[in-house]
Amino acid sequence: MSRTSHLLRRFLTPYLLLAPGLLWLIVFFIFPTVQMFLYSVSTGSVDFGYRLTWSFAAFTQIPQEFSRQFANSILYGTLATILTFLISYPLAYFIAFRGGRYKNVILFLVIAPFFTSFLIRTISWQIILGDNGPVIGLIHTVDVFHQVPQNFTFMGEPIAVVSGLVYNFLPFMTLPLYVALERIDLRLIEAAQDLYAGPWRPRGWIYGALGGAALGGLVGFGISWSVPAFAAAGAVLGTLIGGFFVSESFLRVTFPLSLPGVFAGSLLTFIPALGDYVNATLLGSPKTQMIGNVIQARFLESNDYPTASALSFVLMVGIIIAVMAYARVLGTEDLSGGVTI
Amino acid sequence: MTAIARPFAPARPRPTVRRRVAALVDHWGLPAYTVAAVAYLLMPIAVMILFSFNEQVGKFNYQWHAFSLDAWANPFGRPGMAAAIRTSLEIAFLSTLAATALGTLIAVSLTRYRFPGRSATNLFIFLPMATPEIVMGASLLTLFVNTAQPPLDTVIPKGVLFPLGFNTILIAHIMFNISYVVVTVKARMAGFDRRLEEASMDLGANEWTTFWKVTFPLIFPGILAAALLAFSLSIDDFVVTNFTSGLTNTFPIWVWGSLRNSLPVQINVVGTMIFGTAVLLVLGSTLLQRRAQ
Repeated sequence: MSRTSHLLRRFLTPYLLLAPGLLWLIVFFIFPTVQMFLYSVSTGSVDFGYRLTWSFAAFTQIPQEFSRQFANSILYGTLATILTFLISYPLAYFIAFRGGRYKNVILFLVIAPFFTSFLIRTISWQIILGDNGPVIGLIHTVDVFHQVPQNFTFMGEPIAVVSGLVYNFLPFMTLPLYVALERIDLRLIEAAQDLYAGPWRPRGWIYGALGGAALGGLVGFGISWSVPAFAAAGAVLGTLIGGFFVSESFLRVTFPLSLPGVFAGSLLTFIPALGDYVNATLLGSPKTQMIGNVIQARFLESNDYPTASALSFVLMVGIIIAVMAYARVLGTEDLSGGVTI
Repeated sequence: MTAIARPFAPARPRPTVRRRVAALVDHWGLPAYTVAAVAYLLMPIAVMILFSFNEQVGKFNYQWHAFSLDAWANPFGRPGMAAAIRTSLEIAFLSTLAATALGTLIAVSLTRYRFPGRSATNLFIFLPMATPEIVMGASLLTLFVNTAQPPLDTVIPKGVLFPLGFNTILIAHIMFNISYVVVTVKARMAGFDRRLEEASMDLGANEWTTFWKVTFPLIFPGILAAALLAFSLSIDDFVVTNFTSGLTNTFPIWVWGSLRNSLPVQINVVGTMIFGTAVLLVLGSTLLQRRAQ
């Protein structure tokens, strides 16, 4: 008898430990999602109440009404993810392999932005990128031949929104990359070098130029500035980096081993960037509106719950599909790999 | 290192200008880049601190006027600001407490036991972290609003889930914090040596005593780290709170609301205070952990 009760207790203990937390998540995470879906197929108004009519009108209007905001979200989110990756990788690489005794200090400085409020950080960017700010001032100082128009501005332009997104989500990229690089067994890299994995030349120049041109062009397109100019600048940078900084041991050993970090980091950047509306509100203008702006306005200002719910639902499903496709491409089994250090 | 110091050094290729430049770039390129990247990350913080010493001219603190300590002398002197900060602190404290308790239990269960449904639970815990905040906030709003309608309004007492306010913010913060606590505590428990617990049981301690005397002290650093993370996520949360706060202000909501017609210097002062406190807390807990090891 006591043996059975002991076994029963052993069987039940893990579930009893899980129960309170999971119950909380079910009631306040799963259940609201269902509720939101039900609102998206309801009709009515906030004053007279909503009735479940299984009308998909809120969904069918999305392609013509909100495709621009969805396109902005995807474009800015993708750009922000690519740029945070390009900025973070060398940084994470340095911390992991050459940080030495400064490793913890640099890591601390990388997460320091998290110790200030997200909103206040973005307000600081309003000051930095603003018309009276240091960046515009510097541009006009350097511009001795007055090629830049006097009313040149960042605020309200896509570049300001993308800059805000890049800055605010940068640590989410750097930390998983660092964790993945840190785990690499240095002997593997030494072995590659012993086996004559040298500089990546001349292919590095060619691939670097092509890749740089493509990325530069994409950035130029994304922030709606000159595509050829950005492509050219990207090509020059790409050639230099591909030819001088990328070695074959990096390409064949280090980078493939860091892919779990690339995967985790790009998800941690892309997902919040896609749904963000703070940067687009504080740094953007009506033409840079993202889908988050619409959801926020429809829910909190015009109380149009069916449309707003449908948009949130599409955003959520889109992200789930994207994550699954991405997981298949990169082939990472541990989805949460490197989320925490 | 000169040639005189190493008289028997093997003949080396002559250091041409090109080689020298290449070696220089190779050695200093990455460190210089790192310094620049860190400067970039810290720049907005520097601006925040600098502008907390700005003189308030007009309504918006976007332009530097003159050095002034006025805002620091009166850091909470804006209508509604002190109340918003108090609400933020209360919610952060309570949600940290609840989420740390619930999340630690889940983490203990997931790392200590093998049971059917374990990997499904792992995936489920990951879901809230993979959901954009705006979707979480919006769906919670639809839930809370729905409880004002029949038949739920007869079951749920008025004021608990509707109208929106302190309770609903707290519920939301506990919800999004649980997953982060689970992941953090789990990460620290990964290297946990079960034999220590077995030794304790062999020496006559029961499960309860073993937990409090052996397990808990060992996983405490992980729990502390999780609680710090939860607290900082809660106190800084804007998006989910924006959807669940109704007319109640937390500090970020108050800042957002005031942005429409003013940007007082006090916002930077409080931001600087939060930054300073967070830095001190993290440094303190790092020292504490280092001493414990």
